Amino acid sequence: MSRFKDTGSKGTPAISTASLPDIIFMLLFFFMVTTVMREVDLLVKVSLPEATETTKLEDKALVDYIYIGPPQSKSLGTEPLMQLNDQFAKLDEIDPWVKAGEERREEVLKPKITRSLKVDKETAMKIVTDVKQELRKSNALKINYSTAQGR
Amino acid sequence: MLKKRKREGVQEINAGSMADIAFLLLIFFLVTTTMDTDAGILRLLPPVLEDVNEMEVNKRDVYEVLVNDADMLLVEGQMMDIKDLRAGAKEFMTNPANSENLPEKKRITAAECQQRIAEYKSFVAGATDPELKDGYQKTLAKWEDKLTAVRLLGDFMELPSNAVISLQTGSKTSYDMYVKVQNELEAGIRELREELSKEKFGRKFSELDDKKEEDQALIKAVRMVYPQRVSEAEPVDVTKKQP
Repeated sequence: MSRFKDTGSKGTPAISTASLPDIIFMLLFFFMVTTVMREVDLLVKVSLPEATETTKLEDKALVDYIYIGPPQSKSLGTEPLMQLNDQFAKLDEIDPWVKAGEERREEVLKPKITRSLKVDKETAMKIVTDVKQELRKSNALKINYSTAQGR
Repeated sequence: MLKKRKREGVQEINAGSMADIAFLLLIFFLVTTTMDTDAGILRLLPPVLEDVNEMEVNKRDVYEVLVNDADMLLVEGQMMDIKDLRAGAKEFMTNPANSENLPEKKRITAAECQQRIAEYKSFVAGATDPELKDGYQKTLAKWEDKLTAVRLLGDFMELPSNAVISLQTGSKTSYDMYVKVQNELEAGIRELREELSKEKFGRKFSELDDKKEEDQALIKAVRMVYPQRVSEAEPVDVTKKQP
């Protein structure tokens, strides 16, 4: 009996925080599984157009991205520029970029590579058409117009 | 003091900072990763043709969609609102009234498929030139696919193989508009497929599972009736075409 009295006199015990790391680790693993590493730092502003009839790109490892939009830094003007990997690129750099992308993958997967065009919605079609022509010349025919889910 | 510690055994490592370490890791992952899965409108570009000879196309087989620099639509020579494009595309794909300005659809029956299959089988067997044989084999495979489609759907009306929705834009057309138009065309085709799938199989087309073998055949059959035919044609200067 005296034992119970003893603990009572010490006041309410602090809540145990021993399981806190476990909880955080669980959160951590959840995020590690559901997310992917950010591919590049964006040098262009891209606000995607909306569409309803979208298909999800299944395998992220088989997607290469082309970004087109006005540059982030104001000193470069407002004309839309194209970004490949981590830097601005000109149209004639598409072909080597496509080749490099194919080089990285196994032979059998090469036809399955999708080039996803992330284009700002205010962009005029000219640059997009030019990029598409370059992609055709490089025989990179599978493309995706990246969009946001609308409505 | 010393004696007491010995009795308690080795002191445990303090795990109080474990939570902080885990928090740091968590925040690191939150910052460096993205959650958005990329979605969009998938398209296949046509390969570059070496000899650019204009293909003879029947005018009724082409659904011409032009978008000018001011984002206005000209469909088959008439101004159109984007709202009506979906219905227009559906009409083009189905040609319900058998109009002379829309593609002539051909009825495909099991009997015809069987006859053609027999025909091409004898061609394949008789051909000596490997290139020719390859061509026959491909046609044979096509007819066999049609036969499976007929078995699943019953007789169907086939769209001519060169029927195409041709989308052309001006150089100053906004990308937003372009995607909207693509979206509407895609929606038209999807709605047709959904209707067909509902009618014949009693299931939504989008619910068919392309990993199951029996569903794969259904998907293939529906796609045969309503193929994806939006052409990413050679860029043509739209401004010259307008009256």
